Amino acid sequence: MDYCERLQKVSVLGAAGKMGSGILLLTAMEMADQLLQNKGQKMELWAIDLSPEGLRGLIRYLRSQVLKAAEKKMVWLRRVYADRPDLVENGDIISAYVEDVLGLVSTSTHLSDAWGSTMVFEAIKEDPSVKVPVLSEIAQQGGGKTWFFTNTSSIPISRLDEQAGLNGAVIGFHFYNPPAVQKLVELIPGKNTLPELVEFARMYAKNLRKVVVPSNDHAGFIGNGHFMRDALWAIQTAEKMAETMPLQQAIWFVNRVSQEFLLRPMGIFQLIDYVGVDVVIYIMQVMNPFLPDEDLHSPFLDALLEKGVRGGQFSDGSQKDGFFKYEKGRPVAIVNPVTGVYESTAPLDEAVKALIGELPGLTWKEVNFAPDKAEKLSAFFARLKGMDSHGARLASAYGRQSRLIGELLVNSGVAQSADDVNTVLKTGFFHAYGPINEYFN
Amino acid sequence: MTGGYNTISLGTGRKEFNPKKVRPGLELYIKEAGNGTLAQIGGAVTVDECVIGNFMASRFNRQAHLGGFIPMIDEALRYKPATRVEGACASGGLALTAGIRAVLAESAEVVLALGVEVQNSVKAIYGADILAGAGWYPDRKAGHAYFFPGQFSNRAGAYFDRYGRETARQGMARWFRNMIENARLCPTAQEYHNSTGDLDALGLSEPDGRSFVDHLNVFDCSKVSDGASAIAILSEEGLKRAGIPREQAVEVVAWAQVEEDITKPPADLTVVSTIKEAVRQVLERAGITIDQVGTVETHDCFTIAAVLAIEAMGLAKPGHGGEFILAGHTSRMGRIPFNTTGGLIGWGHPTGATGVHQAVTIWEQLTGRAGDSQIRIHSDRPFGLTVNMGGDDKTVVAILYKKP
Repeated sequence: MDYCERLQKVSVLGAAGKMGSGILLLTAMEMADQLLQNKGQKMELWAIDLSPEGLRGLIRYLRSQVLKAAEKKMVWLRRVYADRPDLVENGDIISAYVEDVLGLVSTSTHLSDAWGSTMVFEAIKEDPSVKVPVLSEIAQQGGGKTWFFTNTSSIPISRLDEQAGLNGAVIGFHFYNPPAVQKLVELIPGKNTLPELVEFARMYAKNLRKVVVPSNDHAGFIGNGHFMRDALWAIQTAEKMAETMPLQQAIWFVNRVSQEFLLRPMGIFQLIDYVGVDVVIYIMQVMNPFLPDEDLHSPFLDALLEKGVRGGQFSDGSQKDGFFKYEKGRPVAIVNPVTGVYESTAPLDEAVKALIGELPGLTWKEVNFAPDKAEKLSAFFARLKGMDSHGARLASAYGRQSRLIGELLVNSGVAQSADDVNTVLKTGFFHAYGPINEYFN
Repeated sequence: MTGGYNTISLGTGRKEFNPKKVRPGLELYIKEAGNGTLAQIGGAVTVDECVIGNFMASRFNRQAHLGGFIPMIDEALRYKPATRVEGACASGGLALTAGIRAVLAESAEVVLALGVEVQNSVKAIYGADILAGAGWYPDRKAGHAYFFPGQFSNRAGAYFDRYGRETARQGMARWFRNMIENARLCPTAQEYHNSTGDLDALGLSEPDGRSFVDHLNVFDCSKVSDGASAIAILSEEGLKRAGIPREQAVEVVAWAQVEEDITKPPADLTVVSTIKEAVRQVLERAGITIDQVGTVETHDCFTIAAVLAIEAMGLAKPGHGGEFILAGHTSRMGRIPFNTTGGLIGWGHPTGATGVHQAVTIWEQLTGRAGDSQIRIHSDRPFGLTVNMGGDDKTVVAILYKKP
């Protein structure tokens, strides 16, 4: 089966979800692009989800996103539509492309529509007890021809393979959120994954213009391998600091230092909110049994979730309340972990002023897009070393811890190199620099 | 001519430009520019006739019938003749020649000539479709997504093939730098706020045919702009009526309006033959040579268009336009300063207004009111030349002005 034949019938499971919709969008455009270059082929794409309402929203999302994408690749589209004399202006061609992409997509709430797929992309609940029976059923109905791509961010691929009886026809293909925007894909072959499947997956990722980082099949892979440990360290650090100050103040302090002093795009607790408190807890639960020397678990997060603090995002991409309540994307209030009530962060800024000390005077934005980024970072972290404040000291400790986590991922064989770890954090998490660096020696 | 007025050229580059916010429409620009000129010539009562140049409001703004906006400027313009003229990006130039003709025919003593275009109403990729209307529609299908950049990229490619790339490319980049530097001196220019350090590096950015065109980068291109310009064209009698002393006006010494067949491709991509003919005619009619011209406003919709125009004017031999720019001759301190307020690349290119904007700049320079943009006009070279081009060298208006 060649590349196009493999795309004959593709199903995306969980297609109306945040990850699924992005995967569906990218796959639909890839299929349409292949069809435009290889006329005469037949392809179909099934968007399968339990929610009919979600599927309707998906089509609206697809339409708007394909339109934007088409506007950006007009030079190429004009070439591939050269044989259509009825399409003259850019506007004509863009409309035709949108219809061509949407014309490939059928929506369904029935899993049976995925039967006989040549390729299945799975982006359903991050729970082996949900994933395994679904994959297993499609495999049985597919007569062995279905290849499975799972978007799991934490479950070992070999385990899914074995439990669902997929005979190596599965690979981890982990997009970052949102898939249409984020450049990174972690590619995770299981121990029995078919070599031709790996080869196809690389080609597919390349055609989607993604940066591929291979990860070995260890729970959490590289991205969550770093993020979960990084988050847990931050939580535990805040808890320790709370021996001498109110817990909210400690959380706010750690959040600000992780963003402002480490020059990250958002603070660590904001990142937990972005991913979702419930999702973070869940990923830790999935990973923890595979990590005999660690305890990747936070009772504090459990307690928050019990109070209904979940984080995550609304379907329009805006942030739900988590550790913080947000206005225009910025945290303005922080949850009281005891009462569950949100209190303004303004008084906390006043309270942590002395602790934080001199502010860095440089932001992630100013560094990340600067042409002389490396020089800026070296100069900044050299200055940080000379600062005598709790803020600067916490930042250094945090940076060293982040590096330890990165090294652990390489040493334990999750990542193949320090470069791969750094690429994942820079590309998938938009960090200005990788965790394995010399800044905090 | 006298009483020139330019609105700002609004679009990317201006701090006040926000593509997500509602922006002023045609009405505001027409009104501001019209009133700007009327205030300098004794008000609307002195005006006999109006001409408004516009290229594609019918598509950019879904608005035709622009003559109807003239009485909106001032009630005293009601019931007076108003005509909209169109010749693609030379529409502004046509507004001027239409006004000049009316004055020469003695059907008017005072004509208000205006040009306007509001282009930021659509994304650039759709704007490219609209602007492609300046070409022949049957050529559109085979043309580039960015149609006109594609046409001039082909010209640049042919020029590189014939004369070599290196010097031409550097000349084009220098042109870009000169235009931005000139624009920084003119508060209405679209690139007035430009503070980029290394303009040479930008100008030399390698073109990327996958996302744009093969032989031009985006800095080789003029701006997508909203704006209007206006100027008054008056007879001697008209000047008296408006109470304007001669030294506040420039004299129109000669003009040429030249048309080429839109259905035929250029005979030689490395020559802008219609510009060449228009410049030949205007100089001949004035009885002067190009060496007597003190400053030029040329239609640099693309840097390569400037290179080709310099050659068409006879300032440099074919293949040597880039060298001429690199030698500094066209810079504001050079032998013959070009586009002293930034031209289409630096000041902006509200297509239908551009021809009028060129006239306003020449009027400012020759009457000493160009502010920070002012260059020295030598008494032995008291002439200013404007060259306004529509389409790919199809409609050209060249006007020669003299310092009072």
